[in-house]
Amino acid sequence: MNKLMTATDAVGQLRDGMTIGFGGWGPRRKPMAIVREILRSEVKDLTVVAYGGPEVGMLCAAGKVKKLIFGFATMDAIPLEPYFRKAREAGTLDVMELDEGLFQWGLKAAAMRLPFLPARAGLATDVLTHNPDLQLITSPYADGEVLLAMPALNLDVAFIHVNRADRLGNTLVTGHDVYFDHHVARAAKQCFVSAEVVEERLELDAATARFNTFERSLVTGVIEAPLGAHPTSCGPEYGWDMQHLKDYSNSASEENGWERYLQTYVDCSQDEYRTRNGGAERMAALPLPTF
Amino acid sequence: MSNANFSLAELMIVAASEAWRNNGELLASGLGIIPRLGASLAKLTHSPELLMTDSEAYLVEEPIPVGPRGDYVPKYSGYMPFERVFDCVWHGRRHAMVGPTQIDRWAQSNLSVIGDYHKPKVAMLGVRGLPGNSINHANSFFVPNHSKRVFVSGEVDMVSGVGFNPERWKPGMRNDLMFIGVAVTDLCVMDFNGPDHAARVVSLHPGVDFELVQERTGFPLLKADHLSETAHPTAEQLAVIAKLDPHNLRDKQLKGNPAGIRTAEELRA
Repeated sequence: MNKLMTATDAVGQLRDGMTIGFGGWGPRRKPMAIVREILRSEVKDLTVVAYGGPEVGMLCAAGKVKKLIFGFATMDAIPLEPYFRKAREAGTLDVMELDEGLFQWGLKAAAMRLPFLPARAGLATDVLTHNPDLQLITSPYADGEVLLAMPALNLDVAFIHVNRADRLGNTLVTGHDVYFDHHVARAAKQCFVSAEVVEERLELDAATARFNTFERSLVTGVIEAPLGAHPTSCGPEYGWDMQHLKDYSNSASEENGWERYLQTYVDCSQDEYRTRNGGAERMAALPLPTF
Repeated sequence: MSNANFSLAELMIVAASEAWRNNGELLASGLGIIPRLGASLAKLTHSPELLMTDSEAYLVEEPIPVGPRGDYVPKYSGYMPFERVFDCVWHGRRHAMVGPTQIDRWAQSNLSVIGDYHKPKVAMLGVRGLPGNSINHANSFFVPNHSKRVFVSGEVDMVSGVGFNPERWKPGMRNDLMFIGVAVTDLCVMDFNGPDHAARVVSLHPGVDFELVQERTGFPLLKADHLSETAHPTAEQLAVIAKLDPHNLRDKQLKGNPAGIRTAEELRA
């Protein structure tokens, strides 16, 4: 069994109109090498599902997003995601804006093959107003409580970046927080994982094996992508690249700024990408953020 | 013992810390430098029973100083990644202090967009966790720029956090799990404990009068029964704050880093 493939192979599985989900959180451990491959591809009309960071803004800027399902889009240290903001303010983006917990519930419902999970989050807010598809249900038990029925967020494809993987699809997430990647993986028909390091076969002690957060049977393909989360962080290995994120953010207010960003950081080889970001050594040494 | 030489930020940190007094063993989450210092001060002084995190993924019994840590090494007491924070939110044992962009007379809050939802004037972060937080556990507000732009006259543009507007609650929805604590602003401390949850001014910061607060608020305010001046930080509290904020990040949180005691002219400038 060998699930190793290239980012091009994985992105080649995408079709126009698909619903795709991303692991990570804001500017943290996003599968950015894969995102750049999507930016280079022809695919369009995507429904993007994410605890959003720069991947959301970039896909919006490239006109690939038909609908965004999100709880937020932010780069933390730069609170407002520039291209998400542009797309929203242009009024061109179809959105399903959810509470962060509802979003988790949607993934979990999909992961459990349930049509919905009940929740209170979202009641008495405009999350209901602006998502007319969200339905209320009444508890069938004596309490009779009225709840929100959060529908399953079924994904066609999920993309996740991890610290270590092997050719079988075993994965380790060794940063302080594993986020919600396990739900993202389980909510998807196909899940492609990029990894800082891909080994022939993980052979771990028990303490290390606990960093495995979802089983390999959920993994369709493994992509070797050292520094593959850049410019987002990949703890404990490297932090986010503020210099890059600022350049990206500033490009949104320049004339043809997105084209410049694309030419500089996307329409180039992996080697060129690294050189243009100060080299692999600098990227690998980016300090972890302090919260 | 009071110390007349304190900043407005320090006064607000002390006022914020009061939000968590007598809360019991729950997760105190102060989002932003001043609320976080407030929660940390609460834990180090009057409410050691509070739970706190390192603002990333671990529980700590000793609140972590804000900013670069130098050779300070956090001492972890447990694990609290985002997924467990969500569990804690839904379970209700948390009190967060958040800084929404808009707040209305019903204590509803907005973090999503300004203007028309479908083509907003300003798109901000998105609702984040506000809908779930606000319906499940206690929330207080931090408002660094008390104005009618924040405390709006009508409803907030996008209700992200729930409040007391009866029209928003349909029969059968449980609104007894929510709790609004206080709003700590740069002018005063408010709560929503008037008749029918009307907003009240509980204390005024030094030099501020009620009329000024009302002028800068988009909806009518009541005076709390024992309307007083916001407590000045004590020397002991200032020492704890200085230790929690070794890089003086608190000086950069409010425009111009105003003094804690302001004259009427300064306030109306």
